Amino acid sequence: MTDAQTLAPAAEEATELLRFATAGSVDDGKSTLIGRLLFDTKTLFEDQWESVEAVSAGRGDEYTDFALLTDGLRSEREQGITIDVAYRYFATPQRKFIIADTPGHIQYTRNMVTGASTADLALILVDARKGLVEQSRRHAFLCSLLRVPHMVLCVNKMDLVDYDEDVFKQIEKDFTAFATKLEVPDLTVVPISALKGDNVVSRSERMSWYEGPSLLHHLEKVHIASDRNLVDVRFPVQYVIRPHSGDHHDYRGYAGQVASGVMKPGDEVMVLPSGFTSRIASIDTADGPVEQAFPPLSVTVRLEDELDVSRGDMLCRPQNQPRASQDVEALVCWMDESRPLRLRGKYAIKQTTSDVRAIVKDVQYQLDINTLHRDESVNELKLNEIGRVKLRTTKPLLCDDYRRNRTTGGFIVVDESDNRTVGAGIIV
Amino acid sequence: MSDYRVSHLAALEAEAIFIFREVVATCQRPALLFSGGKDSIVMLHLARKAFAPAPIPFPVMHVDTGQNFDEVIDYRDRRIAETGVQLVVASVQDAIDRGLVSEPPNGTRNRIQTPVLLEAIEKYQFDALFGGARRDEEKARAKERVFSFRDDFGQWDPKNQRPELWTLFNGRVHPGEQIRVFPLSNWTELDVWRYIGDQDIELPPVYFAADREVVERDGMLYAVNRFIKPRDGERVFTERIRYRTVGDANLTAGVRSEAATIDQIIAEVAATRITERGATRGDDKTSEAAMEDRKREGYF
Repeated sequence: MTDAQTLAPAAEEATELLRFATAGSVDDGKSTLIGRLLFDTKTLFEDQWESVEAVSAGRGDEYTDFALLTDGLRSEREQGITIDVAYRYFATPQRKFIIADTPGHIQYTRNMVTGASTADLALILVDARKGLVEQSRRHAFLCSLLRVPHMVLCVNKMDLVDYDEDVFKQIEKDFTAFATKLEVPDLTVVPISALKGDNVVSRSERMSWYEGPSLLHHLEKVHIASDRNLVDVRFPVQYVIRPHSGDHHDYRGYAGQVASGVMKPGDEVMVLPSGFTSRIASIDTADGPVEQAFPPLSVTVRLEDELDVSRGDMLCRPQNQPRASQDVEALVCWMDESRPLRLRGKYAIKQTTSDVRAIVKDVQYQLDINTLHRDESVNELKLNEIGRVKLRTTKPLLCDDYRRNRTTGGFIVVDESDNRTVGAGIIV
Repeated sequence: MSDYRVSHLAALEAEAIFIFREVVATCQRPALLFSGGKDSIVMLHLARKAFAPAPIPFPVMHVDTGQNFDEVIDYRDRRIAETGVQLVVASVQDAIDRGLVSEPPNGTRNRIQTPVLLEAIEKYQFDALFGGARRDEEKARAKERVFSFRDDFGQWDPKNQRPELWTLFNGRVHPGEQIRVFPLSNWTELDVWRYIGDQDIELPPVYFAADREVVERDGMLYAVNRFIKPRDGERVFTERIRYRTVGDANLTAGVRSEAATIDQIIAEVAATRITERGATRGDDKTSEAAMEDRKREGYF
């Protein structure tokens, strides 16, 4: 470690955070790609590598299996499967990356929806020899449903098709045609070989016909600052801070994370559901007041007037309010293996900082995520099924369409008998 | 700030503060697990920021193995006094004396912390415990939720975790069950060090390189102290070392280092090629699945 100083990153420049989700089957090279990204960005530690090599050798693998890096649990290793979402981290001088790595086989939908819910970008892999398969389309559809703002299609294993431009062009064309039917705001297609490292970290000389960026270059540069909704002020009150102490006896601050919009001291705001208006007196943090607050900052807002505001309330602008309704239509992804979502079923709903109960008034259809066919004959949703439902809630939900606001438009469904999270919903 | 960009450290801080507030708003009796290690020190710092100007609205609990570095206990007591937060100590020595657990033959008290922790949780009826674990530390942690459900026995069931979407954390439990909450889940070791530097957070002196008397065991350097006595045939020599993690004084090894300031540590961490647990913790080398097994039993 003695010469560490010379190897340190250039400067303490502020780096951005980019979250991306990957999914894929065992054979499409996803684990190899992640291993490659970690290895080539020097994130993979030597002892992790040695441990993987040792396990791989112990199993008699012919080559070191990168998948062992992402398959964390012993039960997974013994069965050779991946059971859940795993999170990986790497950084370059430009950005810090969080990978939500989801398995591509069973419970695909549940895990993919989970990973995509927080992703800025979705990374889809296809095998250049096979082209688009059902799973690639499913993956793209779920990411568009969850409004992941950026999508990258990696055409992998280009080394096995002799780096042939025509193979790449055909897959690109097929996928682009499919994506136009979905809502995919930004799509980039990159030909790579994760195994050989072509176009992963740096541009490959073996595909001079490709003029786009390497995958890592794209991940570092893709513009994500505008993905946030900075227009609609939505501040779900999370907690009321009241110190009750000498210095701060009259302090009453509304703590929360800005869901969307930009708030400034002096702005007129409305408190929902009460509808009272006031002005922002101050936006506080432990480091002192700030001039403005925007997503994803956690702040404490004080108002000029003494109003009765509590957790679950929302601050917004009087001219730009969320919907407040007890009748909610949503696409729900069911995530529970033991019991299906049922017509007339009663559940707890958590949306922003609000907890309500809801009854399923109607199951309008179940959506086949392979064909996008709507089956209107169903009245329940089983594990990994997605359907459109009508809910009636005990209190009005302060919400927006999910397509406009990923924070105020999403909710989870909880079974109150065992407190398990059994579903995820997006408001339409 | 004019273009509304947020640095990754600011985003991680905002996420952690959100998590702290969410637990306090939705759980009955939370507590913060505090070891005096850098991650729990960062946690205490974030807890203060989350509720300022009010005091931290929950107690801090230390599962004290009785084998801590003296400097760490000094630091703990000083920081607790400054912060004004309530400290609950669950003593492993006391539990040994009472016969709740017995001292393992090798003197390693890591594993017997679990019954002591679970007993204290039951005694104080904590339903949510904040821990400083990070997903980059270890493979089992990489798959654990931010809000990690534990049953009546404090056990983690990796195959039966609650899906965690957006920032909609589900902290609901029945009496006797608990949630372990990890606000630093998405932080890496380097993020923690950068944040400590950025926020100018004071650390115990063991984190900084100094000339220390050491012995070498299994290729790791252990400082001689009241828990580490040279064994027959072991040579005591002086090395400039620091600690990357701080566990029990009899288990935690130091690394050769010249880093005497936070900036120098950041530079070293950015360049290092070994995980912090792999480099310094005898307790995690036991088996490939050591952490998974301990978590299933109710470990942190």
